[in-house]
Amino acid sequence: MSRFNAGKEGALAPRSVPPDRAPAALQPRWRRDFPIDWDEDDYVSRRDLVKYVVLTSGAFVVGQAWIAYKSLFGRRAAPAHALPVASVNELPVGGAKTFAYPEGSTPRLLVRTGSNAFVAYDQQCTHLQCPVVPAVEQGKLHCPCHNGWFDLQSGDPIAGPPRRRLPRVNVEVHDGTVYATGVEGSAI
Amino acid sequence: MPVPEPHEFFVDPGRCIGCQACIQACSECDTHRGQSMIQLDYLDRPRSTLTLPVICMHCDSPTCAEVCPADAIKRTEDGIVQTARKPRCIACNNCVLACPFGVPKMNTRMNLMMKCDMCYDRTSVGLKPMCASVCPSQALAFGTREEMARLRPNSRPVNTFQFGMQTIRTKVNVMVPADAPSETIDVTAAMYEPSIGHDVLDDVFASEGDT
Repeated sequence: MSRFNAGKEGALAPRSVPPDRAPAALQPRWRRDFPIDWDEDDYVSRRDLVKYVVLTSGAFVVGQAWIAYKSLFGRRAAPAHALPVASVNELPVGGAKTFAYPEGSTPRLLVRTGSNAFVAYDQQCTHLQCPVVPAVEQGKLHCPCHNGWFDLQSGDPIAGPPRRRLPRVNVEVHDGTVYATGVEGSAI
Repeated sequence: MPVPEPHEFFVDPGRCIGCQACIQACSECDTHRGQSMIQLDYLDRPRSTLTLPVICMHCDSPTCAEVCPADAIKRTEDGIVQTARKPRCIACNNCVLACPFGVPKMNTRMNLMMKCDMCYDRTSVGLKPMCASVCPSQALAFGTREEMARLRPNSRPVNTFQFGMQTIRTKVNVMVPADAPSETIDVTAAMYEPSIGHDVLDDVFASEGDT
């Protein structure tokens, strides 16, 4: 048995050996870039690639389904209760005020467009969420970040990068007080 | 999953009877896609029935991988030199020409080098390679060193080969007579030795008088 194991002294190294059997430090640099050993190589098998592609595509599909669900059914969760946000006398015609509705929301913008006419929108531009400022004499809302413009009466985008309307906050006036009564969702 | 350590491959050319069962079995391995990757060499066909099964020796310094320009041949940590990765192999034939044991063969139909991978799907789960499982004379044997020592008291395994200046150690062992003087097989020197029983030289440039 001892004689049988004689050849076993030079047991195989787990790493491959360069032809000249010199230590790794003396080897040319390209040996590190093109390793012969499997686990040092960044080889990606076809099965791994297919697995990655399928799982990533699946994640995208699930995300799209979630977005579709939120846009179809999430809007109904908007609060219906009325909240006093300003008094009529507080704002001159053409004046504006920010408020939160419901409490803790992103800033909303209330604009007095006539003696008894108020409009309110979400203040975040639908392009990149910059706050919009009213330009009442032009009948528009202006986003100074990228020169985006919205119609003051409808909230529709009319110029610049925004492609979606501003979410509208419904307002009503009762006894000299302006109440916010609901938010019309925008698409996402 | 690596090949279990205690199991080793032993080739004993002296036992080969040339039945070609290994060639048939090799092509039936699940991962070989109907291709046989084992060769049966006839050493001196006109005068002798001597045959020699050639399987990959799984060198620790695989020359086939060294010369591969496409980085397609990889060696796993258990010492198995795997067959060429299909997406990388460019069918350039470098490995076929370079292998000192003459193992890789080019499959021109598939544009792919295919070589013995010791039936990795089988050996990595503890089964024998296909050829060793069918070899009737056990010229191709897969087992532990203890088994072989018990079954073959007149032989011993050698896994060190000398090719000129280059020493290669292999995962596969070749059985030599127990009283063989050297621990290594000097292949290039052996090329100039007369064949057993004949005055025949492998060196085609040598004249008859040199023998």
